[in-house]
Amino acid sequence: MNYLPDFPRLLPYLPDLMAGLMTTVWLTALTTTLGILGAVMCVWQRHRAPTSLFSRLLGMLVELLRNTPFIVQLFFIFFGLPALGLSLSAEMAAVIAMTLNLAAYSSEILRAGVDATGRGQWEAGRALGLTRWQSYRHVVLMPALERMYPALTSQCVIVMLGSAVVSQISVADLTFAANFIQSRTFLSFESYVVTAGMYLLLAIAMRALLNRIGRRLFGFRHLTPAPRRRLSSHVLKEAHS
Amino acid sequence: MIDFTLWDILRNLLLAARWTLALSLIAFIGGSLVGLALTFLRLTRWPGAALFCRLYTELFQGTPLLMQLFLAFFGVAVFGLDVSAWTAAAVALTLFSSAFLHDIWRGCVEAVPKGQWEGARVLGLGYLKTMRHIILPQALRMAIAPTVGFSVQIIKGTALASVIGFVELTKAGTMLNNATLEPFTVFALVALLYFAMCYPLSRLARHLEARLNVTAR
Repeated sequence: MNYLPDFPRLLPYLPDLMAGLMTTVWLTALTTTLGILGAVMCVWQRHRAPTSLFSRLLGMLVELLRNTPFIVQLFFIFFGLPALGLSLSAEMAAVIAMTLNLAAYSSEILRAGVDATGRGQWEAGRALGLTRWQSYRHVVLMPALERMYPALTSQCVIVMLGSAVVSQISVADLTFAANFIQSRTFLSFESYVVTAGMYLLLAIAMRALLNRIGRRLFGFRHLTPAPRRRLSSHVLKEAHS
Repeated sequence: MIDFTLWDILRNLLLAARWTLALSLIAFIGGSLVGLALTFLRLTRWPGAALFCRLYTELFQGTPLLMQLFLAFFGVAVFGLDVSAWTAAAVALTLFSSAFLHDIWRGCVEAVPKGQWEGARVLGLGYLKTMRHIILPQALRMAIAPTVGFSVQIIKGTALASVIGFVELTKAGTMLNNATLEPFTVFALVALLYFAMCYPLSRLARHLEARLNVTAR
C-alpha cells in the first residue's frame, strides 16, 4: 500500500504522448467537420422529402447508430466489413465510425432546432423567390445551428472523448500511447493519470475553440437562452389570435 | 474445431447480454445514489459544495470513460489493491453515471422558477419542507425523461468494460469472433442486441418528454 507515484519516469515517453495527442487531434478535427456536414445533409434530405424511402432509411440508420455502442460500431466497420470485401485501414475505419456517430447524434440535435423554426417560414422563404436550398439554408438551417450550437459543441467533445476507443483497433492515438507506455514501464497509474489529464485539457481547449467559432458565426446571440426573433414571432401570434 | 451455428452464436450472446444488463443496473443504481448525494450536497449552502460538485462533473465528463476504466482497473493495482474486472467496471461506471446524473438533476432543480422558492419562504416553510413539498415534486417531473434517456448511455457505456476483460455482450462478441471467424455476423448480432435493449428506452424517453412537457405547461 506504500507505493509512491513516479511521474518523472514518464518523461522519456513524452514524444509518444505527443504523437498520440496529435493523432487524437487530427482525428477529432477531421471527423467533427465531416460529421457536422453529414448531419446537415442528413437533416436537409429528411426535411426536403420526409416520406421518401431514402429519408426513411436515413432515419433508421440514425436510430441504429444512436442505440448501439461506439465500440461495436467500430468493430463492425473494422472487422465486419472486410468480410464483405471492403477492407479498411484502422485509421480509415476510425474516421468512418466517428463521423457516422457524430453525424447521427448531431442530426437529431439539429432536427430539434429545425422543427422549432416551423415549416411556414421555409415556405415563406420560397414565396419570396429563394430557391429550396437558399430558403433552407438562410431561414431554417442557420437559425437551427445557432439555437443548437451549445448542444452540438458538447456532442463534438463527447465524440472526441469517445475516440479513446479507437486505440482498440490499433490506431495510435493518445490512449494507445498510454497503453504502450504502461506495457513498457508498468507505470499504469502514472501514464493513465497523465493521459486523462491531457484529455481533460483537450476537452477544455476544444470547448473554448468551438465557442470562439460560434461567436464568429453567430455573434454573442447564441449565448442568450431565448432568441429574440422567436419571442417576437410568438408575441405576434398571440396578438393576432 | 467446433462448428458454430447461428443459433449457437446468438445463444452465447444472449447469455452474455445478461451481464450487460446486470452491470447497467448496478451502474444506474450506484450512479443514482452518488448523483443524488451530490445533488443534495450542491443544494446545501456549504461554501465548498458547489465547487466540489463542479470539479467532480468536469473531471468525469471531461475524460474518456475508457481512461476511467483503465485507472480503476490497472491504475489502482499498483497501490496493492487487487480489483477484479467486475469491481473496476462497476466502480468506474458508477462514478461516470453519477457525474452525468448529478448534472441532469442539478439542471432540473435549478429550472424550478425562483418564485417557487420565494413563495415557499413567504409561507414560512423551512429549507427541507420547501424541498420536499415544492421543489422536488416539480424537479422530479422534469428529471424523468432525461434520466431515462441517460440510461441508454449507461447501457452503451458498459460495452467499454469489455476492454478490461469483463465478459459482457461486446467481449462475448470478440471472443465468438475469434472462435468463428465470422465478424460480420457476430458484430451485427451484437449491435442488434444492444439496439433491442436501448431502443425501447430511447422511445420511452422521447414519449415521456413529449407527455410530461404538455402537462407541465
